Amino acid sequence: MKRVYVNEEWCLGCHLCEYNCAFANSGMKDMALALKDKKIFPRIHVEGDDRITFAVSCRHCTDPLCVKSCIAGAISVLDGVVCIDQTKCVGCLTCVLVCPYGALAPGESGVMQKCELCMGNACGAPACVTGCPNNAIVYEERNDAT
Amino acid sequence: MGVSFIYPEFEVVRNATRCIACRVCERQCANEVHAFSEERGAMVSDEAKCVNCQRCVSLCPTRALKIVKSDCRLRENANWQDDTIKEIYKQADSGGVLLSSMGNPKPLPVYWHKILINASQVTNPPIDPLREPMETRVFLGKKPTVIRRDENGRLDCQLPPQIELAMPVMFSAMSYGSISYNAHASLARAATELGILYNTGEGGLHEDFYQYGSHTIVQVASGRFGVHEGYLNAGAAIEIKMGQGAKPGIGGHLPGEKIVEDVSRTRMIPQGTDAISPAPHHDIYSIEDLRQLVFSLKEATNYQKPVIVKVAAVHNIAAIASGIARSGADIIAIDGFRGGTGAAPTRIRDNVGIPIELALAAVDQRLRDEGIRGNVSLIAGGSIRSAADVVKAIALGADACYVATAALLALGCHLCRTCQSGKCNWGIATQRPDLVKRLNPDLGSQRLVNLMTAWRHEIMEIMGGMGINSIEALKGNRLMLRGVGLNEKELQILGISHAGE
Repeated sequence: MKRVYVNEEWCLGCHLCEYNCAFANSGMKDMALALKDKKIFPRIHVEGDDRITFAVSCRHCTDPLCVKSCIAGAISVLDGVVCIDQTKCVGCLTCVLVCPYGALAPGESGVMQKCELCMGNACGAPACVTGCPNNAIVYEERNDAT
Repeated sequence: MGVSFIYPEFEVVRNATRCIACRVCERQCANEVHAFSEERGAMVSDEAKCVNCQRCVSLCPTRALKIVKSDCRLRENANWQDDTIKEIYKQADSGGVLLSSMGNPKPLPVYWHKILINASQVTNPPIDPLREPMETRVFLGKKPTVIRRDENGRLDCQLPPQIELAMPVMFSAMSYGSISYNAHASLARAATELGILYNTGEGGLHEDFYQYGSHTIVQVASGRFGVHEGYLNAGAAIEIKMGQGAKPGIGGHLPGEKIVEDVSRTRMIPQGTDAISPAPHHDIYSIEDLRQLVFSLKEATNYQKPVIVKVAAVHNIAAIASGIARSGADIIAIDGFRGGTGAAPTRIRDNVGIPIELALAAVDQRLRDEGIRGNVSLIAGGSIRSAADVVKAIALGADACYVATAALLALGCHLCRTCQSGKCNWGIATQRPDLVKRLNPDLGSQRLVNLMTAWRHEIMEIMGGMGINSIEALKGNRLMLRGVGLNEKELQILGISHAGE
């Protein structure tokens, strides 16, 4: 299965992925309208310090701890993509506690949200990857999934 | 100095309805033009620092930015133009020699624009390169002038060493130090994939790039940086740099801050020391001296590598080339006055040297007249900007062309001409690790391969139009060229007829 991988060697820390993610999931057609004067809640986060930066989003684990731990049964795996049903989420934050990558976070409404590889929005392919200026995030098939 | 006489050259225009204050421009600008103002709740800019490299414009996700030339002008004066006056102000401020980068931007004649290419009609059919074979491969090196046989009458097939190129274009010399590790990696990988050569420039060869040696020209310049036996033997050819089109007659100076650890090791000089290339090679004051160096290098490489001598196009270029052709060199590279540089004194760059078109035509003709054209191959460089320029250069007598500015443009260069600052936002002319990483060689090499592949298609298309199916049949074929708007003298030097003739 194709997943999003990070090449930290090439990450510039420009944070474009965060904005592209927020826009992709806004459901709007105009980026300026969607994001202007708003706090954004992206599903990918650039982490790092002065020396190194890298973008972290859901790894779509083959045996996801978040799915096992979700008390509301809101998280499930659909064709390998770890998805969240936001109508079922009770906001207990157990998933935040168990996820080793810090890939889940509350959205604007406080309900949990996570990367679903842009399968649920109009992009069709991860917007963070498409918009990365330096190939620091790639969407490809590898055989090292956890 | 209390008052700055110079108003900023550019304005940063930000469309407030589009700007989402994502601060990408701020993070990407090494010149620190952009900043987020907490008080205003909006992005602000200090246009005085802007060099118009367009990095922010390219990365702005909402296209909220553009950089325009400021229309704040001094009073119009045809004699004292804005740039002239501002240069006076700068020198009155600094007391220094003005520095510039990349090629001569002045509105001097570009002869390529005044040369047109022929095509076949009716009596000699054009060739469709998509349907018929078309040869763009060239070999550079000495060509035998006589056929030799042994005592049994068998042909002696032993040729002097040759360079094989899949197309008549190579990436010209840019040193590691003046450009980044990733820029070199991109050039090396692209040259290897394309079956052409790139050139190390005078800064030695980084240990990581020895693997691309068969597609590398190793350069020996007056500073002799990074030159050792292994280096000379690593490449496919050796180039002696006598001069550079952007700065004929002067040497080079790479400031100490660019001599970081890797550059220092590659150049074999201490970290942080200025790398100064003298104007002359201190052991070359005549053609005979040049011959000694040519043969020293051949000796060091067991006569396996062709030796290129690179000179800037200057007034007596034909006589100089004639001398070089007799020095034992295999190839002459001529660099026209529009050639680029990582830093040169502005006055030198803008006023010294001659156009490559005239130099190339004069050299090819002189070598033919003297019957020594086969002694050497000719490489033309100094602002070859397109496949059409390549075709015209070949028809004027070049065996191949050198391109560097076009290659840098493919890597992201926007010709802001401030390489000397070392703060290249595109990760090319810099050694700052955070900037160098902006050029991912995976992307860079692919863009170079794309560019050259496109040029190769265009070269074949133009050749096909002329009814020529091999680049060898185009070489020095000046009947395929006509001049427009050129005077008799120019036509005579170029060796072409006027359009309509």
